[in-house]
Amino acid sequence: MDAATGIDPFIFRLAIFVLAIFVGYYVVWSVTPALHTPLMSVTNAISSVIIVGALIAAGPADVSFSKVMGFIAIVLASVNIFGGFVVTQRMLAMYKKK
Amino acid sequence: MSENLTALAYLVASVLFIMALRGLSSPESSRKGNIYGIVGMAIAIATTVVRPDVVSYGWILGGIVLGGGVGTMIALRIKMTAMPELVAAFHSLVGMAAVMVAAAAFYNPAAYGIVDAEGVLKLASRIEMGLGVAIGAITFSGSVIAFAKLKGIMTGNPIVFPGQHPLNALIGLVIIGLLIGFAAEPSPVLFWIMTGLAFAIGFLLIIPVGGADMPVIVSMLNSYSGWAAAGIGFTLENTALIITGALVGSSGAILSYIMCKAMNRSIVNVVLGGFGGDTSAAGAIRSDRPVRPGSAEDAAFIMKNAGSVIIVPGYGMAVAQAQHSVREMADALKANGVKVRYAIHPVAGRMPGHMNVLLAEANVPYDEVAELEEINADFSSTDVSFVIGANDVTNPAARTDPQSPIAGMPILDVDKSRTVLFVKRSLSPGYAGIDNDLFYAESTMMLFADAKKMVDDIVKSL
Repeated sequence: MDAATGIDPFIFRLAIFVLAIFVGYYVVWSVTPALHTPLMSVTNAISSVIIVGALIAAGPADVSFSKVMGFIAIVLASVNIFGGFVVTQRMLAMYKKK
Repeated sequence: MSENLTALAYLVASVLFIMALRGLSSPESSRKGNIYGIVGMAIAIATTVVRPDVVSYGWILGGIVLGGGVGTMIALRIKMTAMPELVAAFHSLVGMAAVMVAAAAFYNPAAYGIVDAEGVLKLASRIEMGLGVAIGAITFSGSVIAFAKLKGIMTGNPIVFPGQHPLNALIGLVIIGLLIGFAAEPSPVLFWIMTGLAFAIGFLLIIPVGGADMPVIVSMLNSYSGWAAAGIGFTLENTALIITGALVGSSGAILSYIMCKAMNRSIVNVVLGGFGGDTSAAGAIRSDRPVRPGSAEDAAFIMKNAGSVIIVPGYGMAVAQAQHSVREMADALKANGVKVRYAIHPVAGRMPGHMNVLLAEANVPYDEVAELEEINADFSSTDVSFVIGANDVTNPAARTDPQSPIAGMPILDVDKSRTVLFVKRSLSPGYAGIDNDLFYAESTMMLFADAKKMVDDIVKSL
């Protein structure tokens, strides 16, 4: 609880979430249909920012179940991050003008 | 780094992600956009690694190098025709990573600061975690099935059995019940049963969907992977994850909507499944109506003497690997002073925008490629429509026959052009399993052959 206002921090996060949905809505409608495949591969890459959760899990020095889970999640998310950005770059490089 | 500084760094990363998507509004700005995305990701990772409780650098570096190496190798080698499978596979990884991060947080909540004064997982975190893990698990198993169907490991035909939908509904209700139970009492047993059932429902939801509906499903799973990330973001109280999850979630939802609209289907109808198999080998519809067959020389002669040609490619062109030959044909026609453009239906490929990528790979300039709404009015003033590997998306029955299974679907009005050249192996119907009146129209010349061979022969005759 925020002592000064009494608003639960969850509400702030919810506000961020709702506003981000609107940002996403308008930004994605402005994406040209010709680039919808790169859009999917790049959203794939950025949704792997879930790696931050995995890094915290794998972070502590002691080996535990959580650390192993975190490590595997780092590997999976990294496949996505590198794979997603590289394949997007490969596709975008092919779009040429007359 | 102070907590405030950390939060600001995550905000910067989120803004860079938004700019990465914004860049995709045009091909010129898109390459810069991708760099913004990469920088944003680097900032998010660096910000997390410098946390004082993150000290196991060996494990972290090892994981990133291992995963990054594999990911880069796959990304460099993958064929553009296989993009839908790749994207489905990547979605499954996001889903699995979400499940694992949720499990890690469940067993060590103190590391994420999500425990109350007594050291028990907070109520809000339980709900968020439950939602995150359930959506993540559905994303994983659903994407695995989508991958298997697209790759052809599994039949693309809908798999249906009696009582399927009641069973799915029952499992869905049980998962919701378990979510409530988990919020009341966060026991490991409930956590794993809930996760297991979510894996099962992801699998069951996708098996009845036919191969032809995969563009919608891949987009929908894209959306799910975003919501899963957002759910985990709430659990971990991390704004970068919440914002990114929201962006990806709405992106996938919009793409699903666009795909559904292009097929004149509702998302519910697609998800309930049972429509559209993988092959067009359902057997030719016997029709006694005469068609006018033509040769490569005829086609070359007609197009050479035309003022304007619109090429209508479908997935069949990509299957025949004919896109490079088609571009050669277009080059030869342009050298003859013919105006050549390409018309793309939104569901021409196996995923949104797939056909555009395939044409770009064959060095077709993107400003010669037009979307349905841009070009549809121009068919009536076009001399020749060259349809290759497409069928249902040109079927005038969608406009004229209210009884047709594809009635109301937006189509490319190729029938309005002066002459239609239709490259096809036989008169077999398309995915929707219906005959196409266009084959029998007086203005249509059927070019019966393999797409690549036919185009190569036309190029020789030009």
